[in-house]
Amino acid sequence: MSNLSLDLQLLNTFAALLLLSSFAMLSQRRVVTMVNLLAWQGVLLGLATLLLAWRTGNSHLYVSAAMTFGLKALFLPWLLHRLIRRLGVYWDSEPLLNIAATMLVGLLIVIFAFGLAQPIAALATTSTRSSIGIAVAVVLLAFLTMITRRKAMSQVVGFLSMENGLFFGAMSATYGMPMIIELGVALDVLVAMLVLGVFFFQIREQFDSLDLHHLESLKEEK
Amino acid sequence: MTSLHWVTQVLEVLAALVAAPLFVGWINQCRAWLQNKSAPPLLQPYRGIRKLFHKDAVLATHASPLFRIAPYVVFGAMVCAAAVIPSLGTRLPFSDAADAIALVGLFATARVFMALAAMDVGTAFGSLGARREMLVGFLAEPALLMVIFLASLIAASTSLPAISEGLATRTLALYPSLAFTGAAFLLVLLAENARIPVDNPATHLELTMIHEAMLLEYSARHLALMEWAAALKLFNYACIGFALFLPWGSATGDSPSPVTLLASIPILGLKLLAAGAVLALIETVSAKLRIFRAPEFLATAFLFAVLGLLVHLLLGS
Repeated sequence: MSNLSLDLQLLNTFAALLLLSSFAMLSQRRVVTMVNLLAWQGVLLGLATLLLAWRTGNSHLYVSAAMTFGLKALFLPWLLHRLIRRLGVYWDSEPLLNIAATMLVGLLIVIFAFGLAQPIAALATTSTRSSIGIAVAVVLLAFLTMITRRKAMSQVVGFLSMENGLFFGAMSATYGMPMIIELGVALDVLVAMLVLGVFFFQIREQFDSLDLHHLESLKEEK
Repeated sequence: MTSLHWVTQVLEVLAALVAAPLFVGWINQCRAWLQNKSAPPLLQPYRGIRKLFHKDAVLATHASPLFRIAPYVVFGAMVCAAAVIPSLGTRLPFSDAADAIALVGLFATARVFMALAAMDVGTAFGSLGARREMLVGFLAEPALLMVIFLASLIAASTSLPAISEGLATRTLALYPSLAFTGAAFLLVLLAENARIPVDNPATHLELTMIHEAMLLEYSARHLALMEWAAALKLFNYACIGFALFLPWGSATGDSPSPVTLLASIPILGLKLLAAGAVLALIETVSAKLRIFRAPEFLATAFLFAVLGLLVHLLLGS
């Protein structure tokens, strides 16, 4: 139990904190706080990557740690904050389920994710394989965050948090994806963010709100 | 060396009885300082209790015997709990009487009697307070049980002294799971002891009170016992917290030397001083929640506790 080395203990702590930040995001009503939590998640992810890079001596992990800090902890939150200010959407409407129920569903999802990750973890050879379950849980919780929100803004935050989970999963299963794929994904996320930013303005122009249930009907009349 | 164990046991109960009102006085003092008020003296809770013991009890016309018995039951349950919780030493002759789960039951017994007594006289406020107390209680108990389950999972025992000793003597390591459950325990402590985010112990405002609403009909020695019991409950919760999350400093081992036993008394005092200051700080910086937000507050506690348990199972730390 406590015969783990200090860096592994630290990595486990970061993994646990990542899970906690996902839950914090799930329980938030304010979009601004969600974005701040996303930034913290980026910081945690960056720290975990840095620690893993130091532990394994993989030089490309240093690059992805720097990318995580720059992109996920600083740039994207800044971009989102700017969008929020310009669109004036500080609050989400009440989530579709009440918060306490969402949390309980989240707990069930975590149990499911841990069960799901068990066989993968048994096959993996990395020393961080036990946190694969946490990565799967973060992905599924981000899904839940997206499902329970109505506003486009909070759904995008959920989407970015999902990407964080996937990144963490790749890291703990195989010490990170090949450099070229990581760069590609980072670029994709960046471009997606920029395009979505433009989308927000279009959606608001059409419907006067960012509530996505306006998009559910295909026809004009109703 | 059983005589020393008995000495520990007696000392522990005495310490609880004496220190509980002092602890409440200390929290009140810290809170007053933080709010820029002039603080009441440290011994104020004692004075209140003494004053109440000197008065004549007044009973409502329709009060049944249950109403009179309840203060003694509640007080007795709290003293029993104090005897089981390892605050000074971990070898307690009385600890075989109840493990950690039975301890939660002991608290529940006190709560049920208090709620029944509050409903007994039939005033509106009494039953309102009782209902709210049961709402908070039924949400807080699972979270508390989860906290205890995790600790007993780590220490492989449900007896609180054994858990405390197991946690105190393990090698030092980062336990994210214990940190989560520590947060959960703090939330449960605040809710169960009618502290500020859930209830305000310093007010008699009709719309918000929970604990005070149940005591409205009590007077004199009954009220004194109830208030002393409330102080003991807070003290007990603090000591459970120390036993689980700050277990160092109490007299452990089969034959603790009298010196460590003596040394554990000032250590407990220091822990209580720090805990009181932290509690006062929390109460000062947070606002009281609407009663309908209390389930959310306690759901968070439950979530923290279960997350701790899951993280422990997955990461083994």
